[in-house]
Amino acid sequence: MKKPLELRVNGAVKTVEVDPEEPLLYVLREEFGLNGPKYGCGLHQCGSCLVLVDGEASYTCRIPCASFEGKKIQSIEGLSNGDKLHVLQEAFFEAQAAQCGYCVNGMMVAALELLEGNPNPNEQEIRSALNRVICRCGTHSRFIKAVKKAASSTSNL
Amino acid sequence: MQLSNTDRRTFLKTTGQFLIGFNLFPLLNCSPAEKDPSIFHAYSGIPERPHGGRELIDSWIRLDAEGHVTVLTGKKELGQGIRTALIQIAADELEVDIQRCHIINGDTGQTANEGYTSGSNSIEGSGKAIREAAAEAKLFLLQLASTKLECSLEDLNLSDGTIKGLRNKKTSYWELLDGQYYEKTISGEAPILDHKRHQYVGKPIPRADILELVKGKAHFVQDLRFPDIVHARVLHPPTYGARLLSIDKVKVEALPGVLGLFVDGSFIAVIAEREFQAVKAWEKLKEATIWEKPTINPLPDRLFADMRSKDQKPEIIEENKNTTSQINQSPIRLKSTYERPYHMHGSAGPSCALAKWEDEKLTVWSPTQGVYPLQSTLADLFQVELTNIRCIGVPGSGCYGHNGADDVSAEAALIAKAFPEKTIRLQWMREDEHQWEPYGSAMIMELEAGINKEGMIQAWDSKIWSDSHSTRPRGDAGHFISARHLENPFEFKKGGFSGGAYRNAIPLYDIPVLNLKLFNYDGPLRSSALRGLGAYANIFALESFIDELAEASDMDPFTFRINNLKDERAIAVLEELKSKTNWNAMGRSGNKGYGIAFAKYKNTAAYFALMAEVEKDPLEKAFRLTRMVGVIEAGQCINPDGIINQTEGGMIQSASWTLMEAVKYDEHGVLSKDWNSYPIMRTNDIPEVQVYVINRPDLPPLGAGEAAQGPVAAAIANAVFDCTGTRIRELPITAEKIYW
Repeated sequence: MKKPLELRVNGAVKTVEVDPEEPLLYVLREEFGLNGPKYGCGLHQCGSCLVLVDGEASYTCRIPCASFEGKKIQSIEGLSNGDKLHVLQEAFFEAQAAQCGYCVNGMMVAALELLEGNPNPNEQEIRSALNRVICRCGTHSRFIKAVKKAASSTSNL
Repeated sequence: MQLSNTDRRTFLKTTGQFLIGFNLFPLLNCSPAEKDPSIFHAYSGIPERPHGGRELIDSWIRLDAEGHVTVLTGKKELGQGIRTALIQIAADELEVDIQRCHIINGDTGQTANEGYTSGSNSIEGSGKAIREAAAEAKLFLLQLASTKLECSLEDLNLSDGTIKGLRNKKTSYWELLDGQYYEKTISGEAPILDHKRHQYVGKPIPRADILELVKGKAHFVQDLRFPDIVHARVLHPPTYGARLLSIDKVKVEALPGVLGLFVDGSFIAVIAEREFQAVKAWEKLKEATIWEKPTINPLPDRLFADMRSKDQKPEIIEENKNTTSQINQSPIRLKSTYERPYHMHGSAGPSCALAKWEDEKLTVWSPTQGVYPLQSTLADLFQVELTNIRCIGVPGSGCYGHNGADDVSAEAALIAKAFPEKTIRLQWMREDEHQWEPYGSAMIMELEAGINKEGMIQAWDSKIWSDSHSTRPRGDAGHFISARHLENPFEFKKGGFSGGAYRNAIPLYDIPVLNLKLFNYDGPLRSSALRGLGAYANIFALESFIDELAEASDMDPFTFRINNLKDERAIAVLEELKSKTNWNAMGRSGNKGYGIAFAKYKNTAAYFALMAEVEKDPLEKAFRLTRMVGVIEAGQCINPDGIINQTEGGMIQSASWTLMEAVKYDEHGVLSKDWNSYPIMRTNDIPEVQVYVINRPDLPPLGAGEAAQGPVAAAIANAVFDCTGTRIRELPITAEKIYW
């Protein structure tokens, strides 16, 4: 049942022995020790489990891990460079964009995908990009503010 | 909890070891640049031990010889930023650098019993206790310093824990303590620092945990990892009261990774090596079980009629024999009825808990809002002494209310009992959370009032029909759904009616005579505390009705409210809102409408006034909530950004309930099982939000976290009326209910 599988996560390549049918989310949390991507619905409705796959925000709670072989997987854990925060992390912190924080991962990954293709998004583009992520504490306006802040930051993404 | 020394040692020995490997005591960092930590010694945490009583200083504040301050609170971090706010209070009162401060929340093995983190009580309760404990600690240390430095208290000069006396003699908190333990009680007489000398209170100190969140550090109970962890799933019954008839265990036990099945009556759980193996087994269990399913009654189309039809004696909350006659004598009389459906907490992450039984002792890592009530209810479930159970609070996915957090904790503990010596990690599936969490109760509010020709309210009559707004576990195991499903079930005795149902039903307006009756209703769906409890629907009704009364008096809604209020602080938030929104000069294009609402939460906590703006599209027969502007006054503001964050969130969450939400069910069970069948607001739907804070540093702080819920619903209803002429009295407020 289990098979060796080579996955490239946050720049490091690691071979893991897992059921190739197991969705990527569980492999990322159990084999790679990640906390960012989370189980939220298992239905591609809430965005808690998003990671960047070859630069695109991808759900991970259903798609088998085997289909991610050879792809570049990035999570929010891989954003900061040592002590230096990524501009998006800085913007989220400065905007104090979280309450319980469960959706922060999804919001950030959705924003990363947006900013990669569109460094100067308008408000509606930001809203549309974050729309796939469920937030129950009502922190939406701060997420929008944080993404605007990151976009206007002079640092390179 | 009072433990003998022997008990204490045993307790620490058997539970302390589990904490290794997970940082439950995050350092409070104030800037993303992370200040040079070398100025303070590394913080290794305080020795774990149960608190010795609420009256002791060290139940709230502990100082060590290395220069650290540890704040202890029984209240849980729910995303409201309580950790930061309480540290601000402690740092100011002790007059130390905030970087020295750390905090431990909600752990029956360490913190005081502060019940549930609910009702916007944490700052008023825990904040006050911590402030008094810190003031007392400071006074005691200054007295020690005065002896040591041989001068009077007045001659001492304190700065960041360093105390200077006369003739350049100095000492410090840390030197004075020298690692010794002093058992000191809080007399309540130590002077509280003048607010003008506050360094941190009143300032937007950033939440350090947000820095951890954006880096993807372990933060949630979902992120806890132990070497002996195994993963569990519970197959809940298909509907309330369903009974397991048969189960084909072999089918499930044969699956890869499955370590065991636990079946007790209709409670079914599976454990597996890996989480996804447990999920697969859970799916297989659905096919492998046959159930006897009772039907649900009444169905939604009969719900409100059923509420009214029960022939029962109401609870009389407030009565004046002149109310009816006063209403009848008034020149203007109105009567309106409002309805609210069942609403869901809908946490983004399904509830999760970890539990381990070892040497007859249970440890539970739980996202509960009350570690002590959880502990006592688990003691009832397992019929063991409290001292055999430790509940450690760890943040979970938020919502502000009684979601699945307590239930999942009890279930993890039940499974752990069946599989001792392993750490059981149980996470609910999305449909578990949607179907089994207790909802905010459906309600009916019937209001009647009389006003005179000058627009002054003469008399007011309210009738409320509602199910319970608190079925939180408080010692009776029947409050856990799992306990009701066991072979030898625990009975569920509802209780907990009253209080929450009529929260905010008595208007703050100055009304000479009024009646308030509550009809308790035992409804078809499981219900409990949802943010604000009954205040949400009661304020929706009350503040919609006030608008109807203002309209009937041909008065501006601000003027009508202000004229009928005596409370100066209430009038001040309304005046501020009027000014911030430029109400009198506001441009009113044909398609925009505006509504306002006001409440003082619980009539004892924060004041909040709100304006909602909606825009209609008559061709599409649609409308949008485009803007909300709120003004909040919560006495002394501890952290303005914290208050704004929670208020913005409350506004958006309440707007979502008000415009989009109602739990759907039919005779076979709850139909709202995911985000498609229970949609909530997302970023495309949210309005622009602005929040203004009135700070009154000279007054005691007031609970602010739930202040927005009710006024939002009414302000939207009032704006929709202003915009379309349709008065919607049945939530949710949707475009189909408007007469276009």
